Amino acid sequence: MDTVPDVLRGPAKGRPGDEPVVVFDDVHLAFDDKVILEGISFQVYPGFTKVFLGASGAGKSTILKLALGLLAPDSGRIWVHGVQIDRMSEQELLSVRDSTGMVFQEGALFDSLTVGENVGFKLYEETDMPLDQVRRRVEEVLGFVDLGEHVDKMPSELSGGQRRRVAIARAMAFKPRLLLYDEPTTGLDPMTALTVDAEIIKLRDLEGVTSVLVTHQLRDAFYIATNAATRTATGHAVSPAARPKVEEADFVMLRDGRIVFEGSADELRASTDPYLREFLS
Amino acid sequence: MSGVVEWLKGALLELQEYTRLAGATARAAVTRPFYWHDFVEQLDAIGIGSMTVVVLTGLFTGAVLALQSGFTLDQFGARPFVGRLVSASMIKELGPVLTALMLVGRVSSGIAAELGSMAVTDQINALRALGTDPVRKLVVPRVLAGILMTPVLTVVANAVGLIGGWAVSVQNLRVPSGLYWSSVVDGLFMEDVWMGVLKPFFLGFIIVTVGCHVGLRTRGGTAGVGRATTKAVVTASVGVIAMDFFATQLLLSLLF
Repeated sequence: MDTVPDVLRGPAKGRPGDEPVVVFDDVHLAFDDKVILEGISFQVYPGFTKVFLGASGAGKSTILKLALGLLAPDSGRIWVHGVQIDRMSEQELLSVRDSTGMVFQEGALFDSLTVGENVGFKLYEETDMPLDQVRRRVEEVLGFVDLGEHVDKMPSELSGGQRRRVAIARAMAFKPRLLLYDEPTTGLDPMTALTVDAEIIKLRDLEGVTSVLVTHQLRDAFYIATNAATRTATGHAVSPAARPKVEEADFVMLRDGRIVFEGSADELRASTDPYLREFLS
Repeated sequence: MSGVVEWLKGALLELQEYTRLAGATARAAVTRPFYWHDFVEQLDAIGIGSMTVVVLTGLFTGAVLALQSGFTLDQFGARPFVGRLVSASMIKELGPVLTALMLVGRVSSGIAAELGSMAVTDQINALRALGTDPVRKLVVPRVLAGILMTPVLTVVANAVGLIGGWAVSVQNLRVPSGLYWSSVVDGLFMEDVWMGVLKPFFLGFIIVTVGCHVGLRTRGGTAGVGRATTKAVVTASVGVIAMDFFATQLLLSLLF
């Protein structure tokens, strides 16, 4: 497969020497006559966060599905982990997905499996990892999201927030380098949403996972962009991030399938564009 | 006119996607990985799970066949031949078709509803995101289990149907038991038995592949799942009747 051409590496946003994890180059997609995405180009660098904002139907979730190869673009090119994926077959994509996890809207947990079976699904089904090691990894990631005691429950026995955290645990169980979050806090009350935000921050800062986040919850988007997680003697803590860390999060505003803004949290807040002002108000 | 064209385009698209799924299933069935656990689970769900409905259907079909044909045969003084009529009708035609239609109601609809629910809640996409091919994990075990269990269930329905016919013949028609069973055997040729055993393989294929195809293409939330279930039952029922005709034609040309 082609490697990412130099011209598409974009502004020197990443750390020196870092290759972009995700590159979209002039991606177009339409379903019948309805244009979903039009000329979408961006890069995401290792350990950074890219937050897609926009109204419902703006094409945000479609970007995640394209990045995971669940959809193919009509035109344009997409690289993930340096591999061009836009024309790959489903079989070729299965191996590319080994290093990419996705947290779906509403969690998309398998409702016939227990929490533990959900979290260890990929390890049980798609690897030769011994069962005791899988169980240890499942306990480890469920402990990371503070749901260790729920391992034998069915998803229907959990609250909405707990289900999202199980979905995060499932996506991180096989240690992906890139995580895609599709509306991870939609439908949750503000306090529960904060616990989900904290898991996203912890994964990014403590595990070094690159994050691409789609949301229309501004409060959560800014919280994730402007806070950082650190290890403490008792575990970990989430607190306001220093400026260089805040600069590692980019916001992208979509409108009718086009990018109308790309910049940092401060640039977004300072924007005078009427559409952005209305969206932020 | 444009409505007809749109309908035709939609029908052709469905046929194309159905053929594509059948091809992908055939390829996945003969290559690794194979999900044995899911296959065994489906053998149990389709085979053992459908046993009650198939037994009851077979029993009452055999019984009513004996009842109806007994009185008709009386007009020609041929009541002792009732076993011959029950066995020929049951094993060649009614056993396979009625068993298949019962399985459409239970299996096609169940598969469409289950896979449809998974599709509308993104669980199918979640499978793909976790590196699992939904065709291998969900479709292949169901298709193989359906193809294998439909003939088994048909044989059970036939056997129970003959017993139902025997009960009515002995109790209502006063035909001696020995005469009934010898008439049953006289009425059957080996080719008929082959026809009755081979046809369900074709019907089983239709029952499960239609359920899987409709389920995986479900859109539109819970209302969509309801529509998919109805569509699976209607399409698979018509498919079973149509396949019965073509399979019978094929087997007649091969066996006779």
